Amino acid sequence: MAATSFKTIGKPRRRVDGRAKVTGQTKFADDLMLPRMVHCKLLRSTLPHARVVRIDASRALAHPGVHLVMTGRDFPIPYGILPVSQDEHALAIDRVRFVGDPVAAVIARDELTAFDALDLIDVEYEPLRTFADPEESLTHSTPRIHDYGDAGNIHKIVSLGFGDVEQAFADADHVFEDTFFYQGSTHLPIEQHAAVAAKDPDGKLVLWSSTQTPHYVHRALAKALAIPAAHVRVIATPNGGGFGGKSDPFNHEVVIAKAAMLLDRPVKICLTREEVFYCHRGRHPVLMHFKTGVKRDGTITGLHVKTLLDGGAYGSYGVASTFYTGALQTVTYHIPTYHFQGCRVFTNKPPCGPKRGHGTPQSRFGQEIQLDKIAETLSLDPAELRLRIVERPDTLTANYLRIGTIGLAECIRRVTHAADWSSTYRKLPPGHGVGIACSSYLSGAGLPIYWNDMPHSGVQLKLDRSGGVTAFCGATEIGQGSDDVLVACVAEILGIDPIDIRAVTGDTDLTPVDLGSYSSRVTLMMGNAAIQAAERARDLLAEAVASKINVPKDRLVFAERRVFDAENPATGVAFSDAVCLAETMFGTIGTTGSYTPPRSAAKFKGGGVGPSPTYSYSAAIVEVTVEPSTGWIDVPRVWIAHDIGRALNPTLVRGQVEGSVYMALGEALMEEQTFRRLPPRLSHALVHKFPSMLEYKSPTTMDMPDVITELVEAPDPRGPFGAKEVGQGPLLPVMPAVANAVYDAIGVRIDEVPITPEKILKALDAKAAGKTPRYGPSRFPDIAWPETLQVPPPWEGGDGTAVNDQRRSVPDTRERHGASASAPGVGPRRYEKVGPRER
Amino acid sequence: MMRLPYFRYHAPRTVAEAADLLSKGDAMIVAGGTDLLPNMKRRQQVPGTLVGLRNIAELRGISNGDPSTKLRVAPSLSRGDGLMIGAGVTLTELVRDVRLRQGYGGQAPVTGPYAGLWQAARQVATPQLRNMGTIGGNLCLDTRCNYYDQNYEWRKAIDFCMKKDGETCWVATSSPKCLAVSSTDTAPALVSLGAGVTLASATGTRHLPLADLYQNDGIHYLTRRPDEILTAVHLPRLDGWRSTYWKLRRRGAFDFPVLGVACALKLDRSGTVEAARIVLGAVASRPLESSNGAAALVGHALTDEAIAHAADAAAQPARPMDNTDYTLHWRKRVTRDFVTYALRELRGDDTRELRRRVARQELLTM
Ligand SMILES: Cc1cc2nc3c(=O)[nH]c(=O)nc-3n(C[C@H](O)[C@H](O)[C@H](O)COP(=O)(O)OP(=O)(O)OC[C@H]3O[C@@H](n4cnc5c(N)ncnc54)[C@H](O)[C@@H]3O)c2cc1C
Ligand code: SF4
Repeated sequence: MAATSFKTIGKPRRRVDGRAKVTGQTKFADDLMLPRMVHCKLLRSTLPHARVVRIDASRALAHPGVHLVMTGRDFPIPYGILPVSQDEHALAIDRVRFVGDPVAAVIARDELTAFDALDLIDVEYEPLRTFADPEESLTHSTPRIHDYGDAGNIHKIVSLGFGDVEQAFADADHVFEDTFFYQGSTHLPIEQHAAVAAKDPDGKLVLWSSTQTPHYVHRALAKALAIPAAHVRVIATPNGGGFGGKSDPFNHEVVIAKAAMLLDRPVKICLTREEVFYCHRGRHPVLMHFKTGVKRDGTITGLHVKTLLDGGAYGSYGVASTFYTGALQTVTYHIPTYHFQGCRVFTNKPPCGPKRGHGTPQSRFGQEIQLDKIAETLSLDPAELRLRIVERPDTLTANYLRIGTIGLAECIRRVTHAADWSSTYRKLPPGHGVGIACSSYLSGAGLPIYWNDMPHSGVQLKLDRSGGVTAFCGATEIGQGSDDVLVACVAEILGIDPIDIRAVTGDTDLTPVDLGSYSSRVTLMMGNAAIQAAERARDLLAEAVASKINVPKDRLVFAERRVFDAENPATGVAFSDAVCLAETMFGTIGTTGSYTPPRSAAKFKGGGVGPSPTYSYSAAIVEVTVEPSTGWIDVPRVWIAHDIGRALNPTLVRGQVEGSVYMALGEALMEEQTFRRLPPRLSHALVHKFPSMLEYKSPTTMDMPDVITELVEAPDPRGPFGAKEVGQGPLLPVMPAVANAVYDAIGVRIDEVPITPEKILKALDAKAAGKTPRYGPSRFPDIAWPETLQVPPPWEGGDGTAVNDQRRSVPDTRERHGASASAPGVGPRRYEKVGPRER
Repeated sequence: MMRLPYFRYHAPRTVAEAADLLSKGDAMIVAGGTDLLPNMKRRQQVPGTLVGLRNIAELRGISNGDPSTKLRVAPSLSRGDGLMIGAGVTLTELVRDVRLRQGYGGQAPVTGPYAGLWQAARQVATPQLRNMGTIGGNLCLDTRCNYYDQNYEWRKAIDFCMKKDGETCWVATSSPKCLAVSSTDTAPALVSLGAGVTLASATGTRHLPLADLYQNDGIHYLTRRPDEILTAVHLPRLDGWRSTYWKLRRRGAFDFPVLGVACALKLDRSGTVEAARIVLGAVASRPLESSNGAAALVGHALTDEAIAHAADAAAQPARPMDNTDYTLHWRKRVTRDFVTYALRELRGDDTRELRRRVARQELLTM
């Protein structure tokens, strides 16, 4: 085809679902009303950890208007998002693990009746020891919250070594050690989870749900209810925000699905805000320790990271989250030797899981603050330090992540220029400060949740004689604009307008599989699949048109709803005629495209978490003011530059950047998923402190600063039209940049989030008393780490496998089983140290 | 979603009719419903009957204290013409009324004596809630506590508390009384302005200083009888006074106060304080007037030193508890700073930048 400049791609456009949304016509799950529909409410545990001795639902069942009461006995089969953590039951069988764990369900004519009936269910509990924080779970191995996991109440514990960090520390001019804490937070989508289940006229199950992952829900429902998967249809309704909080299969979905099948009536559930806090799957609270060796010029010789994750009561994505706290440190800066140790424990709180940035914001926070400290000790400007150590493009990192293009240096240059960094950093009056931090993120997880070799995303196109095109894809619109990306890619290739295309998405009966809206994978994977499908359609049309107008196929241009001769634009046909010509020549026109990520270079156990087709990069500068007498903190401005590869629709990209800054400031300054224990002599209670939108503090529009966004566009050949992700990456640098700015403003280090006035004032008090001017955790507990898997980095002759892995046969969710290349029986082996790569 | 329990609803057109309905018991008043309805969804209050005030025209006006108006207050309080505000006036209406910003005549070009009330009303909740919420409802607002403002299931998990359905006060387990927090923004401002209120019931009407409407008990926080309707708020004429309100909350909208500082001062020509009132909100179960703080100012010019003395004295009686946002130690500690901000603003300092950072919005300045 003749080259043309882009017509749709790269142009700021109103998103394709924009009109429906602003006019209130988008149908969210709770907007669905079906004839004969009944309503479900869940009775939730009032104890944090207990054995369920007896449930008597007879009074509830007798309540007028109640159709059905279900308990754990109705749901014997467990499920869970990861194959290695099938630890959830839709309703508790014999154990409740946190306040809010569902124990029974009432289905009644309306919500109020169901609510009233909940109070008529008598549950007898036998309380068990409660684990409120990770250190308790580390010290007490019984009672076990689950009967699986690496030991006692430890869910997952890992140790990975890439080269000899101890030698690297010995070779360093300075070694820095810091402990940080990152508080947990929740997603807080405006739309509360809602779902409707029905038995369709053929007797098959249909579930409409505000889910980010219809494909995984499809699999979980089929398993948990023992229904053939072909008889289950999951339709993802547009999500009113997800941010990772709607990526697991949820108990309420399983419950209403079964209820609808039993009653043969549609059943709806719409969770309350409190219940959304109980679904959680949000940011893990993480305690972490960073030890970094540096040369006088800032070059890093080695890094040792330890993380302790408070997992809450269930597995969820926790195994992946654990690895993610150690995966991406090497992707931003060159780190020649690396040691990562991570441990996730169970506690009696709502389960943590993936929230925007999944597992990486916590350690990014530690790493970027420590770099600020390093820069100060080395008398280097922190922006300059980062520029010196930025990882190089087309590299394989110490932990075998293959990096494509890197726009990080450009991000740093753009953001420092925009913010006039050189005349503000360390130069503002007392109480005013600026701070910088950087980050990177995946453009899609390289491996699926369950092991398979199939594509991660598929797109199907149907071309109509009218010139209209329908694009089918399993991807889910969660507000991020995935429908718009799908349509834009197809429109660009076929030379038609986005409005000519209808997107049909997120329906397991109608659309080819896309794994879901998580890990920033949709634009890259669905986009590539869409391009492939559209190019195949274009080829068919081109062939038919070429023979009709007698022009060589490769001279044809598809643009402006026409197919024409590049050398003689007047010669051509309308797009609709092109479809008719092609249909005449080939029969009905439909094409497919699919995308499978490249194979990962990491073959060691745990190497399944971190690989991605390409990585996005961001740099942020935050300005703060701090009142010295109260610690009051205000953020007037944020500058952020993001390496997007190519902005498919700049309006959407900026929206994602600003949304990320917004969410990041919430985590940096106020959000806390915290719990309250009552005096033990009086009560067993361990409750969420404030499961409400009023008292769980998240910024309002009034609290939002000016955001100055710079887009760095260096197209990456792995992305559709060169695009990378933007949904998660720009969140990451903001929290550490705030902490660094506070230090610039007032000379105290706040080594944890949220950074509140109280903590600032405590640090200022410490400073005034001549103590370390800092607020943050003082120690990292002693943990019995397992033997470290030794994986020599590429520059030490490694091939991505561990030299001492004898347990390689133990399956891990996100990894390929066939990859255990290390010879069985080979013990820990010494290997030559080659030293850091020359730069 | 959370659902309301069943209740009967009446929408009378006169105060007399409403009073009659209330005299029958098991009934509560609903004005804008922004406090009561969420509470009912959480089953904190479950009245069998609601008496709505929205159709009662006589509760909905703001007037210049004309004695012929139905919004009559005790002559001893009225002292000529100030402002009469019907209890059913919404906070949005109040904030839009130019007399509140500029003084009763509405013609003065500068900020009037009621600026503190304007600032307080302007910072209540969110625009949407102010469109519905009334001044009467704001003054009668239920006291708040993190152990109490939770839904039914959550409270069940802590076995409830003394204020509703339980026995223990979880904030202070040995406390004989509930320590829930007075969280109204307008009450401290109005008390600082010496406002009075009228209460009407089937058995008659009474007038009392607003300060006397409150008592320091988280459960029985009002001296109002359940059958009484607050019909009007009266603001005395305040020539030569200036007032301000500083609110501490985490965010620039939405949040209830965790500290409110209302100050009103009368200065003579030379700048000496002739009279002063300092009232703190959200540090007890009622608005807390600090006569020591005020006394420290009277007879002095507003020097840094005088302000520091007054701020120390005013902050001293604040007893924040661990039942709102922010740690109690910090709230206690910054009380002093907030009183200082208020007094500096009344002195005429340019506090706009500070105000923007604290309130995250522009508000009136002197
Ligand atoms: C999210 C949220 C945030 C909020 N933030 C704030 C805030 O920052 N500051 C603040 O001050 N308030 C806040 N509020 C509380 C409330 O919105 C306001 O106080 C409002 O002014 C209440 O008025 P209303 O007319 O809606 O009261 P209603 O809910 O109708 O009534 C409240 C109480 O007063 C009684 N009552 C009402 N009118 C009368 C009357 N005329 N006579 C006697 N009793 C009466 C009712 O019986 C009820 O007990 C907030 C509320 C919410 C939901
Ligand atoms: S102060 Fe005590 S009694 Fe009052 S609401 Fe709070 S916990 Fe309950």
